[in-house]
Parts: sequence; structure tokens; C-alpha cells
Amino acid sequence: MRSKSATRLTRSLALHAAIVPLAIIWLFPLWMMFVFSTMPENGIFSPGIELTPSNQFWPNFQALQEDTGFVRTIFVSVVVATVYTFLSVMLTSMAGWALVRYRFHGRSVVLAIILGTITLPYFVVVIPQFIMVARDFGLSNTWFALIAPPLFNSLGVLFMRQSFSMMPTELFDAARVEGVKEWQIFLRVAMPMAKPTIAALSIILFLHSWNNYLWPLLIANDPEMMTAPVALGSLIGVTRVSWGGIMVGAVLLTAPMLVVFIFLQRYFMAGITAGAVK
Amino acid sequence: MRTRTATAYGFLTPYLLVFVGFWVWPIIYSFYLSFMATRRLPWTFNPSMTWGRLTVDPAFHNALKNTLLILVIQVPVMIALATLLAVLLNSQLLKARGIMRFAFFAPVVVGEVAYAAVFRLMFNVDFGVVNKILDGIGLPMVQWFANPTAAMALIIMAVTWRWVGYNAIIILSGLQSIPEDVYEAATLDKVSPVQQFFHITLPLLRPIILFCVVLSVIGTMQLFAEPFLITNRGGPGGATETLGLFLYRQGFTVLNFGYASAVAYTIAGLAVIISLLNLWLGRDKT
Repeated sequence: MRSKSATRLTRSLALHAAIVPLAIIWLFPLWMMFVFSTMPENGIFSPGIELTPSNQFWPNFQALQEDTGFVRTIFVSVVVATVYTFLSVMLTSMAGWALVRYRFHGRSVVLAIILGTITLPYFVVVIPQFIMVARDFGLSNTWFALIAPPLFNSLGVLFMRQSFSMMPTELFDAARVEGVKEWQIFLRVAMPMAKPTIAALSIILFLHSWNNYLWPLLIANDPEMMTAPVALGSLIGVTRVSWGGIMVGAVLLTAPMLVVFIFLQRYFMAGITAGAVK
Repeated sequence: MRTRTATAYGFLTPYLLVFVGFWVWPIIYSFYLSFMATRRLPWTFNPSMTWGRLTVDPAFHNALKNTLLILVIQVPVMIALATLLAVLLNSQLLKARGIMRFAFFAPVVVGEVAYAAVFRLMFNVDFGVVNKILDGIGLPMVQWFANPTAAMALIIMAVTWRWVGYNAIIILSGLQSIPEDVYEAATLDKVSPVQQFFHITLPLLRPIILFCVVLSVIGTMQLFAEPFLITNRGGPGGATETLGLFLYRQGFTVLNFGYASAVAYTIAGLAVIISLLNLWLGRDKT
């Protein structure tokens, strides 16, 4: 018994000796993001090592606001991500529902094509999307351009399809016998039962939209319609800007998502692993 | 399940409209574009200006070489690290498991722009904390943005930092679906933990690890924001220019849509080849 608990202790110590330094390295950039955001310029670019926060967050925020109108860009980002998430959940749920609950002509073809797009690089579609939206329809810097083209995703369909397929069919048949219409069964019976899945999917979709960089960079160059990552990215590499301000922006983009992550970890994990489950 | 084509299509239509409008049509259109000379109007069929140019353009060859180099180093390192992390984080012996998981999973929510900004400051040559630490422990300071090798290493480190937790989450979920009694039996038979890892865990995880490899390959093939933002538009002198960044320049800076489309299809082709290769290597040998 004694030797057994001794090996256990040795193993535990070895495990921690490996993982604790690694964890510190992994958290370090996030800690530095926060520290930089509170420092005056001469603190960020000083000869010493500064690892503790200072008190310049608010002045840095004001510099950022002056450089980009950051409050407005956060507003754009929140609206885009919220509307996008709502629409995408609706579209993918309806598609997932159709693919599980009805047998129809072309069902396996639709499913196969949707699955096939998972491995298709986004670059194959982004050029024509840009030509269509920006040039042919002249829709640069519009809510439609920011929200609609990224709406297609296959993950949501697969995820919702999985969720609906696990619900008892008898329930829906019972509702049909009562004379409830198909779309009402979907909205009033199936969707409420899928709430945990919808939560997980929503979080992942919101995060994707919130952090999306390339598409808004292409389609939104008017300061009025810039999303927060685009505005922040436009400062990086430009001389004579406030680095403290840039770091405030980085914190404002990251902190809300970290808070959500801490409280809704379970849904996050479910959303990420959903892609791996067939 | 009921046979109701009309109802089913009612539910599918909005999604299919988005699918056809923003994916199917663009896929076809960019294939068409990849044969067109688009530098001046009217666009003309001229594959030698697109596909032909790919074979002789040194800038494209450089981007291709860089992308494959990053791919060959970054993906195996990251997947190995993610697998190791998943096993360690799954251990019953681990204390403060919540905090540990948070440390590695937090980068999952950090956007490209935010972490690019932090990495630029941390790796600043004169004032960055990384060089100060290197200096402090007696190592030479590194010219992260001027030395091509160092800049490449920086991109690889950044991408690994950002994505390792994402892959670890997926692998961890695979680990947790392995029944506990497999390990109990092995322990009774005095199989060491290391042997258990190589003979039980890894073979059972193979499909999920392959899934992560394929996703990472596709992601890495499309690397754009990191060289764009961290190493300042693929610097120094194109040393970190990736296919994604090259495509961005051709497509959206000089608006050469035809050439950029050919690059896009090259990326897609490479991604398909590498994914198939992975699947083939990982096929069941029974």
C-alpha cells in the first residue's frame, strides 16, 4: 500500500511539474494584454520588465476612442454578431429539422453537399462573394453585407440535426394528431426541447462573428460601419498610435468572451466538440 | 419520419438560398474566374495569365514554400502538444483542474486581432518582455521581426498558442468517451501508464486526432491574419508571406480577381490532397 501511494505522489508531482509552467506560459499573453492596457506609453516601451498593472486604462481608452471611435465599432460588432447568431440558429435549425424529420427527394444529396463544404477552404468563395456584394450590388458598408454572406455554415445543421434526431418521434406524432401545424411543432415543441444545443451553437456562432476579421475587413471600410476587430487591426502597424489604446481594444474584445467562457464553459465545450461528432 | 417533400423544402429553403447564393455560386464563379485575365476590362479567357502565371511567379512559389513549411512544423507540433495536454488535463491526479483547463482553453475565445497586438508587443525587439527575459537568463536577444527564421518561428508559436486548446478540447472529449474499465484491466495487468498511452489511448483516439489534423491543415493553409498583423504584411521581405496573404494581396489589394481565384483553387486542391493523404495514412489496416 505504501509504495503504491508513493508512486501516486511521484506521478502527481511529475504531472504538475510539467503542466504548471506550461499553464503559466499559456496565460502569460492574456495577463500581458491586461497589463499593457493599463500602462502609459513610456511604461510599455521602457527598459525594465513591467509585469504588474498600472493605472492608465482610462486615458488609454480615451486615446483608442479618439483613434477609431471604438464605442461605435463595438456597437456595430454587437449588432452584427447578435443578428447573425439569431438568423443562423434559425436557418440551421430549420434545415436540421427538415433533414431529420422528413424523407424527401434529394435528402442525401443535400446532406452530402453540406458535409462536403466543411473541408472547403473559405478562400474559394470569398473572392466572388466580394465581387458580388461590393461591386455588382454596391453593398459595401451595409448591415446586409456584414451579416448575410457569412450566414452559411454546416456545423449548425449537423449539430441541430443531431439534437432533433434524439427526440422521441411519438411526441411530434401526438402533436400532429392534435392537428398542430408542422411549423408550430417545430417552433413550439422541438425548438424549446433543443435549448441546450441552441445555447452551445449560439455561443460558437456569436464568437465566430465577434472575432471575424477578413470579411468585415473587405466589406466595411467606412468608420461608421467598421467592426471592432477591423478598427483595431487598422491601428496595428501604423506609427504614431497609442499602443496602450490598442491593448485596451484587445482587452475589450477579449474580456467579455472570457467572462462568458468562464460561466458557460459547458456550452462552449459542447459547441466546439460538436464538429467532431458525426 | 414522414414523406413530405413540400414541407421539408419549406424548412430547407432559407438555408439553401444562403447556401446557393453565397457558396455554390461563388465556388462555380471563382472556378470560372481562375481562367480569366481580369487586370483590364473586358475580362478575357486567358489561363496563361492565371494558372500559367502560377508556375513561374517567384512570389507565389515563396508563399507556397512558406505555407508548406509552417504546415509541416506547426501542425504536428500542435497536435502532439494538444494530445499530451488532453491526457494531462484528464488525469485524476491533477489539482486545480478548472484553472488548468482555463489556462489552455482561454485562447479559444481570443480573436486574431487581439492576440496579434499582444504578440507584437511581447516580441518587440528592444522593449518586448520575451527578449528581456532571454537577456535576463543570459541568452542572446532575437531579432523577431528582422530575422526570417525568427519571424517564421514567431508565427508558428503564435498559431500554436492560439489553437492548441481548441484541439485539446476535441481530443479531451474523445478521451472521456473511452470506457474506464479498459484502463482498470490494463492496470491490473501491470501495464505502465506510458504503455497504456501508446497501446490503448492513442489507437482509440486515432479517428479524432485525424479529424483535428485535417481541420488544422485546412486552417493553416488559409493562414492570413497572423502574417498580416504580427509580422507586418508577411515581413521581413516576404519571409512570412503565406498563400492566404498572397491571395489577399492579389485579390483585394491589386484587384486581380482571376489570379487570386487560381491561388484559391490551388489552396483548395492542396487541402484536399493533404486531407486525403491523412485519411489514407490513418485508414484502418484491418
